Amino acid sequence: MSLGDFLGVQTWVGTISWGAPIALAALGGTFSERTGVVNIAMEGLMLISAFFSVLGAWALHNAWLGLGVGVVSAMLFALLFAWGAIRFKADQIILGMAINTLAMGLTGYLLNTIFGYGGTPVNTPQLPTVSIPLLASIPWLGPVLFRQNVLIYALFILLVLSHFLLFHTRLGLRMRAVGEHPQAADAAGINVYRIRYLGVLLSGFFSGLAGAYLSIGALNSFNVNMSNGRGYIALAAMIFGGWTPLGAFGASMLFGFASSIAFNLQGLGIPKDLVLMLPYVATIVALAGVVGRTTAPAADGVPYDPSESS
Amino acid sequence: MRGATGRWRAALIPLLAVLLSLLIGAVVMLASGYNPLPAYAALFVGAFGTPFNIATTLAHSVPLMLTGLGVAVAFRSGLFNIGAEGQFWVGSIATTWVGYAVGGLPPALHVALALLAGAVAGALWGALVPGLLKAYTGAHEVITTMMMTYVAIQLSHFLLEGGPMQAPGYTPVSPDIRPSAFLPLLVPRTQLSAGLFIALGAAVIAWLILERTTLGYRMRAVGFNARAAAYAGIDVAATTVLALGLSGAFAGVAGAVEVLGVNHRLYDSFTAGYGFTAIVVALLAKNDPWATLGAALLFGALSTGASYMQLSAGVPSQLVDVVQGIIIFFIAADAIIAWLLRRSRNRKEVAA
Amino acid sequence: MDEVLRLRGITKRFPGVLANDRVDLGLLRGEIHAVLGENGAGKSTLMKIVAGMLEPDEGRIELDGRPVRFSSPRDAIAAGIGMVYQHFMLIPVFTVAENVVLGAEPGRGLRFDRREAEREVRELAERYHMEVDPAARVADLSVGLQQRVEILKTFYRKARILILDEPTAALTPQEARELFQVMRNLAGQGISILFISHKLDEVLEVADRITVMRHGRTVATLRPAETSEQELANLMVGRAVQLTSVRPPVERGPAVLEVADLTVQREDGRPAVQGVGFAIHAGEVFGIAGVEGNGQAELVEAIAGLRPAAAGRIRFLGRDVTAWDARRRALAGIAYVPEDRVGTGLVMGFTLAENLALKRYFLPPLARRGWIDRRALWSEAKGRLEAYDVRPPEPGLAARALSGGNQQKVILARELGSDPELLVAYQPTRGLDVGAIEFVHGQILRLRGEGKAILLVSLELDEVLELSDTVAVMHRGRLAAVFPAGEADRERVGLYMTGGRERAQEEEGAGR
Repeated sequence: MSLGDFLGVQTWVGTISWGAPIALAALGGTFSERTGVVNIAMEGLMLISAFFSVLGAWALHNAWLGLGVGVVSAMLFALLFAWGAIRFKADQIILGMAINTLAMGLTGYLLNTIFGYGGTPVNTPQLPTVSIPLLASIPWLGPVLFRQNVLIYALFILLVLSHFLLFHTRLGLRMRAVGEHPQAADAAGINVYRIRYLGVLLSGFFSGLAGAYLSIGALNSFNVNMSNGRGYIALAAMIFGGWTPLGAFGASMLFGFASSIAFNLQGLGIPKDLVLMLPYVATIVALAGVVGRTTAPAADGVPYDPSESS
Repeated sequence: MRGATGRWRAALIPLLAVLLSLLIGAVVMLASGYNPLPAYAALFVGAFGTPFNIATTLAHSVPLMLTGLGVAVAFRSGLFNIGAEGQFWVGSIATTWVGYAVGGLPPALHVALALLAGAVAGALWGALVPGLLKAYTGAHEVITTMMMTYVAIQLSHFLLEGGPMQAPGYTPVSPDIRPSAFLPLLVPRTQLSAGLFIALGAAVIAWLILERTTLGYRMRAVGFNARAAAYAGIDVAATTVLALGLSGAFAGVAGAVEVLGVNHRLYDSFTAGYGFTAIVVALLAKNDPWATLGAALLFGALSTGASYMQLSAGVPSQLVDVVQGIIIFFIAADAIIAWLLRRSRNRKEVAA
Repeated sequence: MDEVLRLRGITKRFPGVLANDRVDLGLLRGEIHAVLGENGAGKSTLMKIVAGMLEPDEGRIELDGRPVRFSSPRDAIAAGIGMVYQHFMLIPVFTVAENVVLGAEPGRGLRFDRREAEREVRELAERYHMEVDPAARVADLSVGLQQRVEILKTFYRKARILILDEPTAALTPQEARELFQVMRNLAGQGISILFISHKLDEVLEVADRITVMRHGRTVATLRPAETSEQELANLMVGRAVQLTSVRPPVERGPAVLEVADLTVQREDGRPAVQGVGFAIHAGEVFGIAGVEGNGQAELVEAIAGLRPAAAGRIRFLGRDVTAWDARRRALAGIAYVPEDRVGTGLVMGFTLAENLALKRYFLPPLARRGWIDRRALWSEAKGRLEAYDVRPPEPGLAARALSGGNQQKVILARELGSDPELLVAYQPTRGLDVGAIEFVHGQILRLRGEGKAILLVSLELDEVLELSDTVAVMHRGRLAAVFPAGEADRERVGLYMTGGRERAQEEEGAGR
């Protein structure tokens, strides 16, 4: 296998498709953390959506409706997380673990209850892969960017929108203010709680898309724990990307690339199980290399208690 | 205010969290078409109905006690080790290897050596990467310990699926460990081994370290307030590495005990997720070593009963995982319980 | 002049405290009205009520003669009341304009129009004569300029009543004078100002009227021309007070701490302390004044051993301790009272006994071979808590259960209890009430009398001037000036605090 094959078109197609679910979740994480809520629950939210997308698509015979069911279910669990984290000032990391554990149990329980022990039905509808006319026939760029699942296009659009929202709108300014200094935002007449709920709900929305991509975008089935740590990797990608949408996207693609070449390495005769460690190792390395060089929002992870204002 | 009543109040919230979560679990069963009463009855019978079941419950509690102690020790040092699962795995791997590859030792020595191998492997898995990175770069241990868990699982797949630890044949399983490394059974024809005493001993050790030694003082100081600890001249970085190492050692011993006492070999994906349940155990116990034993017993009972519930009432055993998630939720957001209590009290007053 | 604001019979209770007791106060249009009182007299509570952060239990607020109720700061802002808190409510990573317009941003649709925001803020700054660059990041501004941003924030929301809570606390005397000029300008444009302070000279200088508060009550309202510092001080404290403390003469001994050419770096590698040198002798209080962020924190941490010296030498009792870590220095006799009681000085979840052992928990008699002797811990704690009058003296109590003053006493009991030769105290009275401040100052002077050396670093210029035998001024990481106590006065020291070394020398040259 030559280097040309190694870094060929398939590697880049793989980079995008492996990176996309991480990038979607990481974009959402940016909103949550920019408003001051550390959202480790993305792992569980993805899993919830992955299951309910399949359930919805199968029951309603329509992948789009399945997507809707998946995203809404992830947002409902995000709301539950936000309620505990914001209203009751819970430790956000422990609460995130609660959601993750709950998601793991609930999806496993419902999988067995509804589909029995044989797994999800093979006739579950899948979200379409769309070739954009003309653009798709451009060599290299075509297959990499323009012959993809619809959710990949959604990712590109949402990336631009996220950047605009966070850095060029009034709402974005307020979100960032709440994550940096909630007392100051409160004093300026901004409803800190409402903004934080919004941040977490957006995160739920994005994690929902990411989960749907896993189950009815890339495949048309659900497996137990199919998120496989991607929520944590997305969290690392967001940190590595400096808490910005563009950075989070770039970092996610880096992890996508690590997963993609893992499959090429398999072709070189390196045992599959060792190669599959690569994205996890890459996450650790990225996190170790970047911490201290980027700065988290000042009030990230700190519950807001108005009575503690000085 | 402190003393007996204070203790009661401290225990009240975890107790209510468990009851509420079981209640919500019942609602989940109702909503998915099961009758919760026979299901919970089956759960109870499965856990405690016969001496055999009680022994099985205790056997399932042992790894939870050990991993739970590990998570609790880290928590007391301000560290959230969610990678006990991975440390459990590498502990199992190392112990299995010592168990079958090292021969000619008297039983006591062989067992001790195998346990030590598990402890050291778990300690290194916790301390080397997550510990050093946390101490010297600030990389958050929640992500690194979790990533190390995935690495550990892949490592075991590699070793067993055509790798160096696979026994001759096609099944992904290691060779049996030598009988000299077996932990004796406490109740014949059950899974309950002398590992129970190892777990109880571990609780004593954890308590002594935390409450009676200068190392524990350091760990707790760092856990409460790392800045103040540094100000007082405590080496925060070294304490962090030590704490994650100690935490990993407990989880590694859990893996070792599971191999030496129950499985006698390493299977591909043989764990029941003890390392994750350990988080619930430690949280429910508020990181107190004695309470950890009790919480582990509770979850041992739940997991033992769950299999029986699935068999006799047809309710998928994952219901117990749902209940666990809800318990963590209530422990993390314990203000919700206080809020619910207040509301129900107000309603009573309105009614009266 | 007409009355814009009138408080009638305002009463506010907190558990165990009557913070405001039937307070009456009137504010005229275009008036600068000072509210004078000690810490804990109820000034801040009263202002929080006016600003809508607290609701009074009794009494009422009238605006232009009509009663109003504020249930949140939003209501007060809408009514034209703007509050500038002592701890600024600014977002350091945002620009001036972003901070000012936050919550009422200009723009079309969703979009935030940053250029329009900057234009509006520039206009506002010009109208009120408060020059500041709207595009500058707030983190890069001096404290004085940050305060202007806070004031501009209130005017952007159309404030006509301005509340300034201890506005000079973090300013140099020169910056304070600029602030007073701004205040007079504003009053001239019809703005009414409530000015909270505990500094006698300031209120006499700038206020049109002065209301004195004591124990939650208003005890008098006076005009500056009709009163004096002595009378105000007596009213404030409720008894005749000695305005200047007496520092008894002490024989100065040999050098205890010698610092030479010390350079210390910030986390980002930039120098925070540059080539600083001084010596402190037995029986000497060496005070360092300066505006926050000029390297004091790094200097103090370098002396305590918590931060490495990039260059230079630190000698303690004749030994070179530059390479020693914090623990070794502490055991050798360097006591250190840090600025941040809650975050650094104490472990809030530990008991008092455990906190008192924080620096010696591993040494006999508290521990042997790695095992802690809890009985020894307990009995030693009991003695120290009683010796330093900590209330309650319960070794088993968690540190978080104590008041701020008692927490500081626990720190002093730990640091001074092991008989140090040098005390390094950084902002030792921050946030304490009067009684606790007196206790801390008393301890510093007691140590001085016993022939110990004290390094006192404080942002409160008055504290430095009152206690120190030698006064140094720190500016941009250097010691800009060192005076013997007799030659240090507020004006000269203040000039050096703003970096006016050249200016200071010129003025002194011109004065000669």
